[in-house]
Amino acid sequence: MRRSVVPVLTVVGFLLLFWYAAAVWLNAPWAYNKAQRAGETLSFSQVVADTWSQKKPRLPAPHQVAREVWETTAQKAVTSKRSLIYHAGVTLSATLLGFVLGTGLGILLAVGIVYNRTMDMSVMPWVIASQTIPILAIAPMIIVVLNAVGISGLLPKAMISMYLSFFPVVVGMVKGLRSPEAMQLDQMRTWHASRGQTFWKLRLPSSMPYLFTSLKIAMAASLVGAIVGELPTGAVAGLGARLLAGSYYGQTVQIWSALVMAAVLAACLVGIIGLLQRVMLRRMGMS
Amino acid sequence: MPAEHHGSVSAEPVISARNLDLTFQTNDGPIHALKGVSLDIGKGDFVSFIGPSGCGKTTFLRCMADLEQPTGGTVTVNGMTPEEARKSRAYGYVFQAAGLYPWRTIGGNIRLPLEIMGISKAEQDARVARVLELVELSGFEKKFPWQLSGGMQQRASIARALGFDADILLMDEPFGALDEIVRDHLNEQLLKLWDRTGKTIAFVTHSIPEAVYLSTRIVVMSPRPGRITDVIDSPLPRERPLDIRETPEFLEVAHRVREGLRAGHGDV
Repeated sequence: MRRSVVPVLTVVGFLLLFWYAAAVWLNAPWAYNKAQRAGETLSFSQVVADTWSQKKPRLPAPHQVAREVWETTAQKAVTSKRSLIYHAGVTLSATLLGFVLGTGLGILLAVGIVYNRTMDMSVMPWVIASQTIPILAIAPMIIVVLNAVGISGLLPKAMISMYLSFFPVVVGMVKGLRSPEAMQLDQMRTWHASRGQTFWKLRLPSSMPYLFTSLKIAMAASLVGAIVGELPTGAVAGLGARLLAGSYYGQTVQIWSALVMAAVLAACLVGIIGLLQRVMLRRMGMS
Repeated sequence: MPAEHHGSVSAEPVISARNLDLTFQTNDGPIHALKGVSLDIGKGDFVSFIGPSGCGKTTFLRCMADLEQPTGGTVTVNGMTPEEARKSRAYGYVFQAAGLYPWRTIGGNIRLPLEIMGISKAEQDARVARVLELVELSGFEKKFPWQLSGGMQQRASIARALGFDADILLMDEPFGALDEIVRDHLNEQLLKLWDRTGKTIAFVTHSIPEAVYLSTRIVVMSPRPGRITDVIDSPLPRERPLDIRETPEFLEVAHRVREGLRAGHGDV
């Protein structure tokens, strides 16, 4: 753990440096434009100071994003529509519901593929094809169709999350459920174990390392799905709505702070699964 | 060499093979894994199968266990077909690798077949304690497989095969992956266990000293097609200390096994 701190901090440092430099480069034309109209000439330090403090910069500087994140989290009531935590919470609920649905669907499909020859031959190509369709194209249709049958709110967004998150689970679990060796399956046969017993006592436990790896990818995909699902909902609430509103009004600082929030959320969610994975696999003697 | 053998079996044989054939169809044409194999194994026998790889010794064992389907001839186990025998849990099978589940303790691993067979919890506990004592692993019930050496793991897997009280033990090179010293120790223990339990054991190996040391009968096999070339009734007493391997009787049997293996190789 400690060994990775220095390299990570070094990379973060370089990224911040690059970010500040890019902010100067991208925001300088607007600074010069303002100065020209005011009939002033700017020194280099004035240009730098201006590019890092514009109200609607092309690229906000890190400290501007940090301040915005601070103001919209710690300094707002969680129930406020202007609280980033409120919006993150809305996205989180759709992410988690979609993740649970996607994981369930993924495991069910994987069990079907492993146990049923017809499904083995027929389902996998469709599973792969489903992921080649751009989610941005299909998301509005899911929202519209579900709305037409009277389903709105959390579920349509969760469906889009599910659509993205079941895929890694299917692929991982098919591999995981097939991971027991021929010898272990023969062993079960010599004990005259039923298919159910072989599944619960051998195949499922054997698949755990594969499941957790899949769950990490599924969780990240689920968050992306929830945000994409919020874009065509008319921008009511959620990080996606926040992104959309920000881009309507040129509020780049708001967009970037929503992005940072999404990244932090994803890191936390994936981190939690990683922790579960370590504890669980250590207890199972598989790490 | 004659194709058919009848051993000196007094009572009804426990395992009986008649003219067993098994041909695998592969892309390179058929492979005759077994051809015309006939053998009787009597109750309480310790029979070793020895031969070079590809001689069908493991395949023969797998036929008895209903893990492989013969393409001709018959096998009976306890007077039943191998499938009936498997379903009535007539035999315990020990594989080359211990194959213990890392997420179960040693006790949990031994309990696994008992759970599958629906044996009551109290009875499971009693049996686990008993078979752990048989393989001298008492006190290791709560340990996980990774906490045990390779030899101890293999003993645990033997305990697991003993747990459901089958009269027949089928062992497929169980000590093949272990070093010489551990193997000697386990061989000695296995003989003791066989003596105490009176089980019928069919044991596949490719070690001549192991086969001679353990067996009451040694079945020499040769490849292409897999067949029995010699069956040797051991003149050694039931009581066998490790240094019996230096006696002239032992060396004579070992010599005959080696001759049989060489003859099998010569006519390929």
